[in-house]
Amino acid sequence: MSEVREHLVYSEEHEWAETVEGQVVRVGITDYAQSQLGDIVFVELPELGASVLAGDSMGSIESVKTVSELYSPVSGKVLKVNGDLIDQPELLNGEPYEGGWIAEVEVEGSVEEALGKLLSATKYQTLIE
Amino acid sequence: MTELRRTPLYPLYAGYPAVRCIDFGGWELPVQFYGIQREHDAVRGQAGLFDVSHMGEFRVTGQYAEAFLQRMTTNDVSRLSAGQAQYTLLCYPDGGVVDDLLVYKLSQDQYMLVVNASNIDKDFTWLSEHLIGDVVLENHSEQTALLALQGPAAAQILARVTAEPIDKLAPFHFLDQAEVCGRKALVSRTGYTGEDGFEIYLDSGDAPHVWRELLRAGETDGLIPTGLGARDTLRFEAKLPLYGQELSKDISPLEAGVGMFVKLAKEGDFIGREALERQKQAGLPRKLVGIEMVDRGIPRSHYPVFADGRQVGEVTTGTQSPTLKRNLGLALLDIAYTELDTEVWVEIRGKQLKAAVVKAPFYKKTQTTGEGAKP
Repeated sequence: MSEVREHLVYSEEHEWAETVEGQVVRVGITDYAQSQLGDIVFVELPELGASVLAGDSMGSIESVKTVSELYSPVSGKVLKVNGDLIDQPELLNGEPYEGGWIAEVEVEGSVEEALGKLLSATKYQTLIE
Repeated sequence: MTELRRTPLYPLYAGYPAVRCIDFGGWELPVQFYGIQREHDAVRGQAGLFDVSHMGEFRVTGQYAEAFLQRMTTNDVSRLSAGQAQYTLLCYPDGGVVDDLLVYKLSQDQYMLVVNASNIDKDFTWLSEHLIGDVVLENHSEQTALLALQGPAAAQILARVTAEPIDKLAPFHFLDQAEVCGRKALVSRTGYTGEDGFEIYLDSGDAPHVWRELLRAGETDGLIPTGLGARDTLRFEAKLPLYGQELSKDISPLEAGVGMFVKLAKEGDFIGREALERQKQAGLPRKLVGIEMVDRGIPRSHYPVFADGRQVGEVTTGTQSPTLKRNLGLALLDIAYTELDTEVWVEIRGKQLKAAVVKAPFYKKTQTTGEGAKP
């Protein structure tokens, strides 16, 4: 069973998002996504300062066998990336909601509106069942 | 959409919660049982059991069977004694590859061919079109199951479920009419992982019993079921070619680095000989080499490779090596760029990233196994 956390919101491409403070939103991939990918061995992080669009690719995640796009769940500017993932991509498998966070994005416009477009925990749970 | 085919072991896969099946050339096969890394490590360190029942088995029978195989395959069948197998290739007249396969000599007038699952129909047609004399070709793929027990502990595990002298079996030798877990089997010391191991051919109906008994017998040695994902990373590290990637109708065996299985000097003509002889004399235009990423990135199948501002080839297989944790690839490159340490650039997601030509195979097992392996 994949873990879905109550306080997060989710994209249909299996990313999660949560407000850190003000306009800043932290994003990562879900427990379901990491379990589907298998042993993750490589992460191409988004570039610092880059503008990203909700639903567009901002990087990639590779397991032994596959390459998957990393889609941004929100639009905005990349403020921070999780550099630990460069040497420890397995954090994405082990703790996708904590040590495996991927980036922090400063959302353009209303945060409520941006996150409001994403799925609640209940809806995401239904999606992956 | 045609229905996917399944091996006789498919019902047993459900017992593994992390099992994931994929469509592999029309077959629904397990890519992993636990996780590729864990399964890969098991085969390098202890042992793994693969269900490769999707592979094709043909019988070739007749007084002219040897002459027929001599003409169809690149290796020298006349060097085989009964109880011996060899790796070989079927080629087109232009030197491109129809398939790579194993030929088992059962007796003077009977052989078994083991071919790739995705090529069964193509190979059968190709061979049928060239039959000579009294030779009869039969497809036994449906009624034959194949288990591959691979890894350093394979011999001691197998010894527990058979009275046959399997520890004395040299590489590429086999026992016909053997008994494994009380069932009739053909057991050969062969495999596709770069480790010691055995391949066990069975009647389909016997496969579930033997699968379960082998796993039980090997439990204390760390034997686990292993999927196609690990099979691919294991064979990749050992630079064993995969048809459709390192070999194809557009790639010759010489280019793919399996020239030692092309016996240009053997007695009798074979299909593709003239073209391959010409290619050898003229010099190879390109060659399969190992590459390692210098920049951060993982090479993957079909990624283009550049040097001196132009494309000089492409990656045939690539991954992060589970044994070595290096980002490695096999690449078919223009001959001018195949020297060790040559700098090349792999295009990964629109960016050209630096790589270098390195030694391959990337992995070689250290211990020798079986009497035939000793010098």
